[in-house]
Amino acid sequence: MNPWLEKQRHLIDFTLASLARRKTRNIGLLVAYTLLVFVLASLTLFSNALRSEAKYVLAGSPEVILQRMVAGRHDLIPPGYLEQIGRIRGVQKKEGRLWGYYYDPVLNANYTFMARPASEVADGMIMVGEALARERGLAKNNTISFRSYSGKLFTFEVAAVLSPDSELLSADLVLLSEDDFRRFFEYPEGHYTDIALSVANPQEVRNVAAKLTAALPDSRPILREEVQRTYQSVFDWREGILLTVLAGAILAFAILAWEKAAGLSAEEKREIGILKAIGWETGDVIRMKIWEGLLISLTAFLGGFLAAYVHVFHFGAAVFEPVLKGWSVLYPKFALVPAVDGLQVATLFFFTVFPYTAAILVPIWRAAITDPDAVMR
Amino acid sequence: MIELLDIKKAFNQNRPNEYWALHGIDLAVEAGKVTAFRGPSGSGKTTLLTIVGCLSRPTSGRVRFKGEDISALPERFLTDIRRQSFGFVFQQFNLIKGLSALENVILPAFPTGRPRAELVARAGELFERLQLTHRAQAKVEWLSGGEQQRVAIARALINDPEVIIADEPTANLDTALSMEFMAILEGFTAAGKTVLLTSHDPLVVESSAVHRVVGMRDGRLIGD
Repeated sequence: MNPWLEKQRHLIDFTLASLARRKTRNIGLLVAYTLLVFVLASLTLFSNALRSEAKYVLAGSPEVILQRMVAGRHDLIPPGYLEQIGRIRGVQKKEGRLWGYYYDPVLNANYTFMARPASEVADGMIMVGEALARERGLAKNNTISFRSYSGKLFTFEVAAVLSPDSELLSADLVLLSEDDFRRFFEYPEGHYTDIALSVANPQEVRNVAAKLTAALPDSRPILREEVQRTYQSVFDWREGILLTVLAGAILAFAILAWEKAAGLSAEEKREIGILKAIGWETGDVIRMKIWEGLLISLTAFLGGFLAAYVHVFHFGAAVFEPVLKGWSVLYPKFALVPAVDGLQVATLFFFTVFPYTAAILVPIWRAAITDPDAVMR
Repeated sequence: MIELLDIKKAFNQNRPNEYWALHGIDLAVEAGKVTAFRGPSGSGKTTLLTIVGCLSRPTSGRVRFKGEDISALPERFLTDIRRQSFGFVFQQFNLIKGLSALENVILPAFPTGRPRAELVARAGELFERLQLTHRAQAKVEWLSGGEQQRVAIARALINDPEVIIADEPTANLDTALSMEFMAILEGFTAAGKTVLLTSHDPLVVESSAVHRVVGMRDGRLIGD
């Protein structure tokens, strides 16, 4: 083997032996370090996965949603609006949507009712989200009754339970035919809740929004990118809250690591003196200590990061779920798609591995440049 | 082999606690012989050995090793010379606790990048010669004083140096163990090594294994 590599091997061997000699102290440090990386990495991975999930889910949503405003409040879209939009260039597809909320006193939960064309859901039939079906004990061909806001009882048959894959979106969803929707909510004919627009060219979305505002001054276009940005902000905010809560723990670790890395014991100083006296160069001593710092910090980083990965993507981030996911009666069950952002991993690596290794260097350098004759005196 | 020309050494120079440990030492050390420095504590014996062994530099004066002036060499070159040409046996042995005798012995060879198997084989030979094979895997803090000293000697020999430097080698040993050390010393000269040691133990300085005794007092030589 190349002498340089052999030398590094010797240095690593010696470093491992040195670490083993101060087992309790180093294991304690490693556990605290790994735990810190685990917490930070869990937080980063989970927030990033939720952001990706939201982005992925919203990718299928329309580019622009048009709402009508009356006195600053969301109001129904009256007949004729759809026809007016048809004349705006760049709009590929437009669809009047019917949806609303229904409060179910049985579960004390709100459902989202949404109309679909008769080709998808027949009159008298509904399709329900997985979480709703779970909570109400529904299966295909079961019937369920809802009392409408006007006091009338409507009975529907469950045509299907929506795929669990879409649970993040459909947990509380009830799909029914347009006619059933209008009858249930006594929704006036020709009116819609909002209008969904598809715009083929992403560069055109803002122009279309401006044209919509000009053509229909009482309307408010909501862009998909704005919704995405809102989600990002919500997750950023939650992540920030957790980081604030964890700041104390991070600081405590920083003090512990600094104390360990920066403070050389008399025993360690003596050993450095011996190593220099028996022929080790200052550079060898520093390299050995860098290996020590890297071995501890890399082990902690890899251990903590892998544990965080398993925690987030196999156990659903049980520790942070309540804070980061939000809360609901009909809680969607969904497995996060593993999404790792390279830049975030690099940032985490830099802020956990680098400071520790750097903290080691200053005292070692000071000890290593002292004359080796100290061991003779 | 080693020439010292007007060596002076000051500690804490230009400070209120300035102290001159050596006041102009001129000495030539012959190769393949055992030279002992004798003198009371504070006479400058150990300081002189640290300068000869490249552990420190003189404040002024020159050190020639095999004809080459080494007193002005940068630290890296001094370390190279120290590692290749000098082996040290310290008074307190200075072994690293928690490591086995074997690990301690091969430590000075780590920076050379020699394969581990080669180092272990060389250490095995030294252990055999010093009758320490059975203690090779024992942690050094479990060894007796005599065993620790033999480990320190094996460590001094691992890089096969030409010069052995021993500072008060028998200070922590009883008479029997001191005699054992003197026997080992004779083995060194038989192998052609140059030995420099400090001692005020009559057992050492009056031994036939020592070829030359140099007296020291107050940082000056007081004659052979």
